[in-house]
Amino acid sequence: MSEDVKPNGAVPALEVRSVSKYFGSVNALTEVSLAVYAGQVTCVLGDNGAGKSTLIKILSGVHVPDKGEVLFEGEPVSFAGPRDARARGIATVFQDLATVPLMSVWRNFFLGNEPTRGRGPLQRVDIKGAQRTMRDEMAKMGIDVRDPDQTVGTLSGGERQAMAIARAVYFGAKVLILDEPTSALGVRQSGIVLKYVIQARAMGRAVIFITHNPHHAFPVGDRFVLLKRGRMLGSYAKSETTLEQLTTLMAGGAELEELSHELQRASDPAMKEVAKELAAEAQTSA
Amino acid sequence: MSATSPPVAAPPQQDERLVPISRITRTLRRPELGSLLAAVFVFVMFAITDSSSNHLWLKQTGLAAWTQQAAFFGIVSVPVGLLMIGGEFDLSAGVMTGVTAIVMALLVGKWHVDTWLSILITLVFAAVIGLINGYIVVFTKLPSFIVTLATFFILRGASTGGVLLLNHGSTPVTVTTANPAGLHSAKSIFGSSFFSSGTLPSGYSTAILWFIGVTIVGTWVLSRTKFGNWIFAVGGEQNAARNTGVPVNRTKILLFVATALAAALVGIISFTQASSAVSEQGVGYEFFYIIAAVVGGCLLTGGYGSAIGAALGACIIGMAFEGVIYAGWDSSWDFAFLGVILFVAVIVNTVIYRSALKARR
Repeated sequence: MSEDVKPNGAVPALEVRSVSKYFGSVNALTEVSLAVYAGQVTCVLGDNGAGKSTLIKILSGVHVPDKGEVLFEGEPVSFAGPRDARARGIATVFQDLATVPLMSVWRNFFLGNEPTRGRGPLQRVDIKGAQRTMRDEMAKMGIDVRDPDQTVGTLSGGERQAMAIARAVYFGAKVLILDEPTSALGVRQSGIVLKYVIQARAMGRAVIFITHNPHHAFPVGDRFVLLKRGRMLGSYAKSETTLEQLTTLMAGGAELEELSHELQRASDPAMKEVAKELAAEAQTSA
Repeated sequence: MSATSPPVAAPPQQDERLVPISRITRTLRRPELGSLLAAVFVFVMFAITDSSSNHLWLKQTGLAAWTQQAAFFGIVSVPVGLLMIGGEFDLSAGVMTGVTAIVMALLVGKWHVDTWLSILITLVFAAVIGLINGYIVVFTKLPSFIVTLATFFILRGASTGGVLLLNHGSTPVTVTTANPAGLHSAKSIFGSSFFSSGTLPSGYSTAILWFIGVTIVGTWVLSRTKFGNWIFAVGGEQNAARNTGVPVNRTKILLFVATALAAALVGIISFTQASSAVSEQGVGYEFFYIIAAVVGGCLLTGGYGSAIGAALGACIIGMAFEGVIYAGWDSSWDFAFLGVILFVAVIVNTVIYRSALKARR
């Protein structure tokens, strides 16, 4: 493991130290450690079943780890639940995004935090103000909301993701946990989301970016934590690794080679072609 | 849901795919449009088919008749619509109008309680039933359709049985004392009429004013308040609402209470109008409220709709009931007619709803 890349003397905004989580006889997570500092992006990389979801749930207060510690701004904490974590400034943008498709963009943006004007029975939502703020915040991430009354259901996947991130940032999240924000998106839309991850970092937020795509993680990450079958495969600062290395670590060089051999034995010529490619990939990793 | 909001400050960069949305298109996308068109259509149709002497449909007599009908349905259909937008049903709302009228009649007529105090007791009674409905739905997570169906049957049976028991075997509960305390003043506010003239000696029912008031409050709450935002959210995507910190359970319970209170208002109005009440009154009305809300553009599955739509739906039902009489048809046709209207309105509304989700032009 490497030395941490940290701003001078800073305490991590959020840190977990050798956390483990068991579900019955399954070790979902074993001895995993990671830290994220304000103004940095820590990427958690892992294939399906690597333990990413369990880790997110520990970080966002859904689960309490069976072993190990969670530290928020240097202090050991035990979150009472997701609400508690959110109250401290840990915002999780889940894959389902917590948006209501039939409601307009501005209504979604301020859902549960509606700005009001007037008092008593005349208290009402400040619609103009809410629309203006929403447009400004969305414009900051390069999305022009065509019509504030447009329903969220009409936004593209990337725009919806961006809205969820903008909302978390606007409502004062110190730590942003992004759960596979690019997994369902096309190339261009993914680019927009990555751009916003960088902007959130520039705004001094600590970002934890969970993904299975090293091509999305590498350009934005400051530190990369690799998970495999519930264990840490490694933790690298950006200066210590390359995209190629991450890719092969993710896929697992030895396994690729094995798969390549298996496909070689197949009679289908197309399979042989794939096998050759896999072998080449395994080579670069070694 | 303000359709007329002007565009805010110019955005930093214009999307080249941006197509300006005209005011007309925005209007076409409003949930209550279908019911507005249907209401106009029904009104014109009965104006044409009117076979009464002097064509009373287009005169004050016709107007007073259908607006009163509409008011009785509309006072409850507006909160039922809000409840439906919040993703729930209340099948006990119809019988509730009858039960609260009975409670009023027993209190004032039999036990000689002051009318204003009786109104307060009746409202508290209704609120408690609404709370029970809401709590059971929220905490058992059972479909509100079933929960309120059970409440409906319990209320129906208990009110009929209770009246027979308390009123020595006779169903109508009437006021027998000459001038019960407070009934006169309560009647002038709830069960009286206004604008009576030579052409219309009976005037317009005060229920109409309550109907307008309920519609205004419903629209205000839904489109301008935090609570309105929460109603759309709990009906549209309950988990998302919960994740963003909306008090989902409180919102739903309050909607059930509001529906019960509106039903009680109708019960109070009908008792003060007639100075008596009959058990089984209001049974079957729950479907008219739901029809009015659905015709008005409220989505059965929640998350979409408007209060004005539900009010317009009630107007259509009011016109249907009265118009058939003016047209001189057999009143058995009411239901067939309502069925057709429901069918057409739902088809129109589905088109509007889909375009709200999809089209941008």
